[in-house]
Amino acid sequence: MKFKAMTALSLTLAVAAAGSANADPVEDELIVNGETEIVTKTAAPAHMENIDEVMSGWLFRENDTRDMQRDDFDNPGMLAVEAAMETWDEVEGTAGKACSDCHGTLDDDQMVGIRAVYPKWNENAGEVWTLEMAINSCRTEQMGAEAWGYTGTEMTNMSALMSYASRGVPVNVAIDGPAQPTWEQGKELYYTRTGQLELSCANCHEDNYGNMIRADHLSQGQINAFPAYRLKNAKLNSVHDRFKGCVRDTRAETYSPGSPEFVALELYVASRGNGLSVEGPSVRN
Amino acid sequence: MKRAISAAIAATILAAPAIAETVAPGDVAYDEAGAVAASLSGMPGNAEEGAKVFGSKSIGNCVSCHEVTALADVPFPGNVGPSLDGVADRWSEGEIRGIVANAKNTYDGTIMPSFYKVEGFIRPGDAYTGKGIALDKIEPLLTAQQIEDLVAFLVTLKE
Ligand code: HEC
Ligand code: HEC
Repeated sequence: MKFKAMTALSLTLAVAAAGSANADPVEDELIVNGETEIVTKTAAPAHMENIDEVMSGWLFRENDTRDMQRDDFDNPGMLAVEAAMETWDEVEGTAGKACSDCHGTLDDDQMVGIRAVYPKWNENAGEVWTLEMAINSCRTEQMGAEAWGYTGTEMTNMSALMSYASRGVPVNVAIDGPAQPTWEQGKELYYTRTGQLELSCANCHEDNYGNMIRADHLSQGQINAFPAYRLKNAKLNSVHDRFKGCVRDTRAETYSPGSPEFVALELYVASRGNGLSVEGPSVRN
Repeated sequence: MKRAISAAIAATILAAPAIAETVAPGDVAYDEAGAVAASLSGMPGNAEEGAKVFGSKSIGNCVSCHEVTALADVPFPGNVGPSLDGVADRWSEGEIRGIVANAKNTYDGTIMPSFYKVEGFIRPGDAYTGKGIALDKIEPLLTAQQIEDLVAFLVTLKE
């Protein structure tokens, strides 16, 4: 536990950081509820070309915001998890089934690790699926229920439950094999400078993480912590909603949540966080 | 109205023709180093207005990336770009005009947006709505006069 010895030092650094314009990520460790260790910083996966160390957005947030994520009682995103736990056992649709009829009760731990490997190639569909697409396929194909809206409340709640079930598991999406062309497409999108401001994801989250863009402390734009409860809009936000906001901020025409472009981008961005823990539902500003 | 007044002032100060010629974004003459010698609006800039353009989130929003000690009262300057203290010691007026109009001619591939340009964008949007915009409807991020005002402000930043 080489981290433990550093705690006193990190506290000093954190206080210093809050008091000055110092914009580096803090030295801090995240152990949720005093038991689940979250890897918020680790060596970059082999495919990363310009970054040596990947970091969770948690390290770039203020002390209060980080603290809200240390304990589930303080994390407003947990309300979504609780709502989804009820939905898990609710029968819906023409087949008369609930999620638990196929995937067991949550205590069976069958969903542990699922979040960490999505987006993932789906052999039957012949395309890369996000977790949302997999969930909606269960609803329409297995349950005979209606699909949820891609970024709607029910979907985001269920996505929060899936993150919660995998919390602490390292993100490990596959980028080779049949998923590779989608990954390449996502990479292309990541480096494309869009909109009238001509900014790419990389301009902000690769070239400038740690810097301030006005009042915002730029992180690496990782998605290991999604869905994220944002204090700004006081709700849980899904990955594609975040992408949409960031693209909009380049004064560009955005892609739609659930679009093939955002699915590809999600696979690519997820792969940039391979090795970080699944951290959602997280708290952000 | 405002325009007429500044044109009148310009005429008195510089004895310039009263009808100022605005250079369209596509017609700006950049030299090899990216500098632009002549005023884009045909009129001198106003440094005080320029400071407003620089600090206002809804206009230039330059402070999102640059700090300037002279504008210490504008909260939360960013540091994606360099501090502009002493910028007039480093660059001439023409060079500053070129950087503000289209910094990509001065710095290849810079993250700094081009403020006087209407072409060559990928998926341009209608301001910050996230919706697309017809290509012939795109306005430059700043007007010729706003750029001149910025230039007038920036040339005062000497150390
Ligand atoms: C103009 C700058 C800018 C651009 C370009 C940009 N972002 Fe962001 N992004 C931000 C800011 C500011 C935040 C909030 C602070 C932070 O976490 O970086 C943010 C946050 C994020 C987050 C949340 C991270 C977390 O841990 O909460 C993700 C994910 C993200 N961006 C992805 C992207 C992707 C993908 C793209 C390209 C499609 C992109 N961003 C383009 C500025 C930008
Ligand atoms: C998204 C970030 C960003 C914004 C917004 C921005 N700039 Fe810049 N600017 C930069 C960067 C980065 C540089 C340094 C060039 C480089 O290394 O790419 C720069 C360089 C400059 C320079 C030359 C600096 C020197 O000291 O040599 C001037 C002058 C300047 N900017 C003015 C402005 C003005 C005026 C605005 C607003 C109308 C503005 N910038 C908006 C990022 C930005």
